[in-house]
Amino acid sequence: MRYLPKSPADREAMLKSMGARSIDDLFKSIPDEYRLNRDLKVPRQMAESEIVDWFRVRSRENGDGHATFLGAGAYSHYRPVIIDSLISRGEFLTAYTPYQAEISQGTLQSIFEFQTMICELTGMEVANASMYDGSTAAAEAVMMAVRLTGRRSVVMARSVHPEYREVLATYAFHQGMPLATVPFSETGRLDAKAVEGAITADTACLLIQSPNFFGTIEDVEALAEIAHRKGAMLVVSIAEAVSLGIVEPPRAADIIAMEAQSFGVPLTFGGPYCGVIATREAYVRQMPGRLVGQTTDRSGKRGFVLTLATREQHIRREKATSNICTNQALVALMTNIFMTIYGKVGLKELARQNLAKTAYAAQQFGKQATVLFGGAPRFNEFVVRTSEDPYAINSRLLGHKIVGGLPLKKFYPELGNASLWCCTELTTRSTIDTAVGVVAESEGSENSTADEATVEEVAK
Amino acid sequence: MPFPADYKYTKEHEWLKADGKAATIGITSYAQDSLGDIVFVDLPKVGTELDAGKTFGSVESVKAVSDLYAPASGTVTEVNGELATAPEKINKDAHSAWMIKIALKNPGDLNSLLSAADYEKFVAEEGGH
Amino acid sequence: MSKHMTRKATRHVNQNEGLIFEKSSPGKAAWKLPPLDVPEVDASKILGSSERKTLGNMPEVSEIEIIRHFTRMSTWNYAIDLGMYPLGSCTMKYNPRVNEVVSRLEGIANGHPYQPEKISQGALRIIKTLSDCLTEITGMDAITLQPAAGAHGELTGLLMVRAFHDAKGKPRKKVLIPDSAHGTNPATAAMVGYAIENLKSNASGIVDTGMLEAQMNEDVAALMLTNPNTLGVFEQEIHKIADILHAKGGLLYMDGANMNALVGKVRPGDFGVDLMHLNLHKTFSTPHGGGGPGSGPVAIKKFLEPFLPKPVLKSKSDGTLGFDYERPQSIGRVRSFYGNFGMFVRALAYILANGPDGLRQTTEDAVLNANYIRKGLEGTYDLPYKSPSMHEVVFSDKLQAKKGVRTMDVAKRLIDYGFHPYTTAFPLIVPGAMMIEPTESESMEELDLFIEAMKSIADEVDEDAEIVRTAPHSTRVARLDETAAARNPVLRWKPQAESPKPKA
Repeated sequence: MRYLPKSPADREAMLKSMGARSIDDLFKSIPDEYRLNRDLKVPRQMAESEIVDWFRVRSRENGDGHATFLGAGAYSHYRPVIIDSLISRGEFLTAYTPYQAEISQGTLQSIFEFQTMICELTGMEVANASMYDGSTAAAEAVMMAVRLTGRRSVVMARSVHPEYREVLATYAFHQGMPLATVPFSETGRLDAKAVEGAITADTACLLIQSPNFFGTIEDVEALAEIAHRKGAMLVVSIAEAVSLGIVEPPRAADIIAMEAQSFGVPLTFGGPYCGVIATREAYVRQMPGRLVGQTTDRSGKRGFVLTLATREQHIRREKATSNICTNQALVALMTNIFMTIYGKVGLKELARQNLAKTAYAAQQFGKQATVLFGGAPRFNEFVVRTSEDPYAINSRLLGHKIVGGLPLKKFYPELGNASLWCCTELTTRSTIDTAVGVVAESEGSENSTADEATVEEVAK
Repeated sequence: MPFPADYKYTKEHEWLKADGKAATIGITSYAQDSLGDIVFVDLPKVGTELDAGKTFGSVESVKAVSDLYAPASGTVTEVNGELATAPEKINKDAHSAWMIKIALKNPGDLNSLLSAADYEKFVAEEGGH
Repeated sequence: MSKHMTRKATRHVNQNEGLIFEKSSPGKAAWKLPPLDVPEVDASKILGSSERKTLGNMPEVSEIEIIRHFTRMSTWNYAIDLGMYPLGSCTMKYNPRVNEVVSRLEGIANGHPYQPEKISQGALRIIKTLSDCLTEITGMDAITLQPAAGAHGELTGLLMVRAFHDAKGKPRKKVLIPDSAHGTNPATAAMVGYAIENLKSNASGIVDTGMLEAQMNEDVAALMLTNPNTLGVFEQEIHKIADILHAKGGLLYMDGANMNALVGKVRPGDFGVDLMHLNLHKTFSTPHGGGGPGSGPVAIKKFLEPFLPKPVLKSKSDGTLGFDYERPQSIGRVRSFYGNFGMFVRALAYILANGPDGLRQTTEDAVLNANYIRKGLEGTYDLPYKSPSMHEVVFSDKLQAKKGVRTMDVAKRLIDYGFHPYTTAFPLIVPGAMMIEPTESESMEELDLFIEAMKSIADEVDEDAEIVRTAPHSTRVARLDETAAARNPVLRWKPQAESPKPKA
């Protein structure tokens, strides 16, 4: 087998040096009754060309060459080519976790830069070296708030990504953490009165997402005021990282749980992605995940190490802040390179283009159907309500090799025939116009209603 | 390793200095030596009720964390704020780097603690492993 | 310096590189966006008070500076591509490059998790094929690929254990964990709300079935077992262990971190395991990438199927594949979407490249390599447990400790010889442990260089212990002050005005 660097002669020589007659001698500790005496029923060994062919067919069966309007927690952005050039270097790709700092300075320094940039973008003071994804980052951030406040229950917004809320429910169920959900209003923003009523003296935190699942930007300051006044923390989830280029980060948050996938991580049917937790310095010892710190060696040279390891499983074991061990390091490196490429000016420009494409699309869709939640600013996603079933519309769109917005019935049945549309810098005007045309086939321009607000009227 | 004769000790390497109904608590020089450079101490707030034998905080070095066990029951009356910014004081002089002061609930608790001589013997046996 | 020659590595001119922020200056750019094909917008009108005021200290640099920045930093790392990692229980094997190529095919790389099932058949077929291969390899009945890493898989597994007992109306309180276990085991049990009870290993380092019998009762939900254990020893009484648990209604959970000793030779499902997790980034060659991503599928016996995380893959009557969300007894989701799909692609490519013969040969070579090292170093280093080793061997620093040299020192000196250290921190049952797992990816040449290096270091301990105690000597940075890093954590760069510039 071509990955195995041994000749039959090598194996023989090695066995001989151990006084073993055959390889079976080395497996004697496995009781006979369990030994597998047949081949595994897996596909036969393939040549490299066959492997590539097999996956190429899968790729074709997976909608290659389609334009997309899907967002909903996984975003289609352009990936500058040097990301793969750099992360494909064997020294990054095939390196281990940087526990041995002297021979891992490349990994450690890049994580230190990542932590810095996440802080700059989120307005927080410390950030960790990644969590599995936005959903688990949110769940862990909530558990952090529970530990920090000593309170048990959690209030979460219904406009947080439905799957994030499902994950939190799974984690919370066994920790005895009661979860309450507060509704969103017709503006798309969280109902502040409902929040006021839901937060009690036992509430550890309010969990919101901004921009929320519908693309609407929450009034973070107002919600923070309510939470803090009642002694609860504010945890903010950010699923569309590109928004940070032009949308003010939730500086009033106590903990931010991000999904950084938008920063140069390929969609790859849902993972691997890049969760991150960022927070205030005072809370760092309750923060899960790896942390890289700056220090010096004995000659005063600057270097980087994993630090505050006593929070983690390999030391604290059952008292660890989390059980996380393997994180998303290589994916975090992709986001690091992306943030470095776009940088201070590029991230703003990128976000602006997203804003522009979405504003145009919302306006055009608004002429054929109803665009909901016009009462508050939005970033790069919007909700469209049609008279026709969105699944039927999307079926027609597939004929044009376009993947339409996400039908929302399974998550928000009360919204009726609503679907969630996302436009990024990659969405072309002609794709938008074509999609609008397909929608018009069933809707027609008489169907726009007063719910739609023009782009200019939305700002507060 | 001389251990102050007027202190009492636990097998978890805490020391207690009684002063009537009050007591001062810290960890021994043996403990700090085993831990190595101490980087952080997690102590309870004033007013916290402690139960003898139960954990009341922890002390961390770079590679390890050790729980702190209450030598006696009582209420925390004072916490050594210096340790928050200078935990290395424990390494420098563990027997004077006190952690907390408590108001003793049951002065009788002190009877189950080790004397300096007994603790020294206990440590010698443990170190031999 | 030592008079010993190192054959594997030589010092070489190596580029310096500061932090990217130290290179940044206004006006430099590495990006360019195409012109807008839709009308321009006034962000302040759309966003109002939500408009961002400043992007602070985000860098501004050119493309070549970025290329050099990361390339230079990469050269400071050790990696599998450079040489052996003898890390126990990490299974640092070759990361095949065809895996990288296939994961970047357009339909795979750009597949959105919510795209219609009609155009997701490729991804679903990948999930199905990998699932079938992994259940066959483990001898189990069903599997979830949703967990993002081994620890996440442990969490998922224990949540299913909990759901199983709850469904019977008899929730249990604790989990038994051997003292040789990896730290994630107790950390996970605590997250699921179980109390942890320690199970002491016997004198041979394996589970003491007598103690297990004594500790097993109807309060124990499960035993979390690693097999082979973290000493590299196969639990020969595994069926007895399973019987003891099952007799009192408990479940046997296996931590599959050490599957590299078992693939193609024996199947956990056949020796009584009820559920287990796999580490695709260990046994199945997906790259470690400096710490992740991984993937931790959980394979189960049929009776646990109702509790699987949702959605579950299903084959439809028309032959297409889809996801089933109608799972009333499911434990719910453990993460968004379907798991680290990119790692499924890589793991499957690895299985296809091997086939049944390759997989078996891989396991045989892994065990052969570990035993070759054991033979080579026996006598030079103390071997605390004499039981036969499978894919990893654990020595201790007992002999060297007499000269005041500990396992961490030997490990650091190994760096000067051109190798990455072995695992020093565990298993906890071996004080001063040296846990070595070469994997099948090492040639006889590389193994001989490793054995030679370890022997040379042992000689140095006798001749000049100081050089070992203060190692490494040949790296860009010497041993770093971890105490200062923990006492006064500096976790981000700050602009000049706020912090003094250290020696670069």
